[in-house]
Amino acid sequence: MLRQLEGSRAVAEAVAACRPEVVCAYPISPQTHIIEAVGALVKSGTLAPCEFVNVESEFAAMSVCIGAAAAGARTYTATASQGLLFMIEAVYNAAGLGLPTVMTVANRALGAPINIWNDHSDAMSVRDAGWVQLFAETNQEAADLHVQAFRLAEELSLPVMVNMDGFVLTHAFEAVDVPAQDAVDAFLPPYLPRQVLDPGDPVTIGAMVGPEAFEEVRYLGHLRQLQALDRIPEIASEFAEAFGRASGGLVRPYRSEDADTVVLSMGSLLGTVKEAVDVCRGRGTRVGAVGVTTFRPFPGHAVVDALASARRVVVVEKALSPGLGGVLATDVAAALSGTGVAVHDVVAGLGGRPVTEASLVQLLETAAAGELGRLTFLDLDRSLVDGELARMAAARRSGPTAENLLRDLRVVGGRWA
Amino acid sequence: MTSGFAPVKFYQVGSFAVGNRLLGHAERTVQSDPGRTNALTSGHRACQGCGEALAARYVLDAAMAATGGRMIAVNATGCLEVFSTPYPESSWRVAWLHSLFGNAPAVGAGVAAALRAKGHDDVRVVAQAGDGGTVDIGFGCLSGMFERNDDVLFVCYDNQGYMNTGVQRSSATPPAARTATTEAVGPAPGNPFGQGKDLPRLAVAHGIPYVATATVADLHDLEHKVHQAMARTGARYLHVLVPCPLGWGTAPNETVRLARLAKESGLFPVFEAEHGEVTAASPIRHRVPVEDYLRPQSRFRHLFEPDRRSDVIGRLQAMADANVTRYGLL
Ligand SMILES: Cc1ncc(C[n+]2csc(CCOP(=O)(O)OP(=O)(O)O)c2C)c(N)n1
Ligand code: SF4
Ligand SMILES: [Mg+2]
Repeated sequence: MLRQLEGSRAVAEAVAACRPEVVCAYPISPQTHIIEAVGALVKSGTLAPCEFVNVESEFAAMSVCIGAAAAGARTYTATASQGLLFMIEAVYNAAGLGLPTVMTVANRALGAPINIWNDHSDAMSVRDAGWVQLFAETNQEAADLHVQAFRLAEELSLPVMVNMDGFVLTHAFEAVDVPAQDAVDAFLPPYLPRQVLDPGDPVTIGAMVGPEAFEEVRYLGHLRQLQALDRIPEIASEFAEAFGRASGGLVRPYRSEDADTVVLSMGSLLGTVKEAVDVCRGRGTRVGAVGVTTFRPFPGHAVVDALASARRVVVVEKALSPGLGGVLATDVAAALSGTGVAVHDVVAGLGGRPVTEASLVQLLETAAAGELGRLTFLDLDRSLVDGELARMAAARRSGPTAENLLRDLRVVGGRWA
Repeated sequence: MTSGFAPVKFYQVGSFAVGNRLLGHAERTVQSDPGRTNALTSGHRACQGCGEALAARYVLDAAMAATGGRMIAVNATGCLEVFSTPYPESSWRVAWLHSLFGNAPAVGAGVAAALRAKGHDDVRVVAQAGDGGTVDIGFGCLSGMFERNDDVLFVCYDNQGYMNTGVQRSSATPPAARTATTEAVGPAPGNPFGQGKDLPRLAVAHGIPYVATATVADLHDLEHKVHQAMARTGARYLHVLVPCPLGWGTAPNETVRLARLAKESGLFPVFEAEHGEVTAASPIRHRVPVEDYLRPQSRFRHLFEPDRRSDVIGRLQAMADANVTRYGLL
């Protein structure tokens, strides 16, 4: 049943339908509405049996999930941005221990400068942690991905992170069909852990492993990620059969079959990208798009297949690896190596900067004309940057950059304003 | 020795502490009782005379006895974790989980939450860490666990330093002690005065159901406190002083004696508290000056050689005297 819902609410209800037994979280914008809603469902007894643990930090939140998952409970948490960084040691640990926790990341920029708005820097900071990382395009998909995430996580004994764009999705109201309880029950069997802390059959979990076997442990973790590459599309099609709609999977092409120039992107940006593609197509420019739903494991083959007809790919992403360029773009370039397809990195939308259809159309036309550079910062305010560069050249102690820029923008006053 | 078995050994024969000799047979603490779980069994890689290994064995065996074996242990990173699980072996004969250095209280809380959600109400949780994993890096998680009153017994094995990484200072390291990061050089050698945390008192301040301190010099008392803790629900805290021959610079056969001197000097008060109030303290039976405790430890050698630092010894004695007054130890 379609209902007009906030994205966070839809995710909370979908998570509750998965019957987690331990939910533990620490508040951070823009994740708060999700955990508030799950917390209320637990407190009212709607979601039972379930323990909702209010902890003192994200590090504790993930640690509670680790203990609870090892003791055989289905576990869930959610965070964003600084919160993800604060829990990072436990994020790696959950994956290394093979514990199938599901976590929502309401994607948000990383400070400093502190910024609460959306980009994908937080998720990228843990891309090598051993978690499956899925990116939702819409709130419907965000809700659906959680149901698939628990299934995948528990089948493979791997933690799964569902990424949804902070504010853009979490705080947006739109029509969502939250997966119904009986359908979820039929789709998601109860959690049967591979390893469990049981006094009746005591095992040691988390022992030290030295050079004798560490590489093998890591290799097996890699193999499980590769297994996930097979299982993700299978689970997505089972989901489509059970719920009557397409959600999840590895990649999703849009008008790309005969396109010379293809935009590749992740998350809610894909909506605007598709509109830009339509505009360019209307003008006769042969462009298309490919949405990447699964970022880890990286679906290299699926990306190559989806770009079969492309001569160039423009990777528009809300993340930056300073000193390198795009993060997703680097993976795409590796997958395409030897194919002759040119890869252009476009860093866009950092810290919530709007990525407009007009900018994307212009970008696509420039790319299609063969005039796009290797690395582009979309809609970069050049004069702002130049002003700060000049100031830094003139005075060694030219002050903090962020504050200088705000002063130039007359957002804040300052001593010299 | 006609049977071929070593005779059953009672501990503390000839000591000042309350020994087995004063107890009835049923109550005695017997190291090689066939009924013992040996939760931490032989073959681990602890140094000879390791106080932490001794304490962990008694704590977990007592907890196993108290719960009828229905127990899960959570361990922080540190000596105890490293020496007990050299790949591919394990000395643990309990369900045991190690996650990280600083999160054992939260992992324990997670196990407890799972047991509650799954209706396994008979299974209990014991989480354990060194002083570093408790007083320093684990303190945020521990304070949270206390404040939520999670049903976990948290045990700190306090050897007063980061031993696993090579004897660096922790905030449980006593003043003047030499560690690898508070060397015995300069005008004020060793660890500075006026820093550090008194975690048992901080635990008491959280108002949790049960807090106790103990040492490996009185294993019967240690077991008794584990039983007291396991008879209660909610957050409980046990802080055990465990001499470390490597880090303290002491002979392996001195471990128990040093633990006793720590208590008998007043430097380490042994007490119990319930719901924020101190309810009992183990009196000093044979008071000794702190010097008797300090002198055998090479981490305090600079207080005696080349010149005697009476000023520093005096400040340590004053700390012991303050404990005697605070807890009424005489
Ligand atoms: C986050 C993190 N920081 C540092 C370390 C390194 N480390 C491992 S054990 C340890 C010291 C442990 O000290 P303590 O908790 O007192 O236990 P002990 O070894 O003395 O029994 C340190 C610093 C680590 N494993 N993780
Ligand atoms: S260094 Fe100390 S605590 Fe560690 S095993 Fe040796 S004696 Fe025990
Ligand atoms: Mg220590």
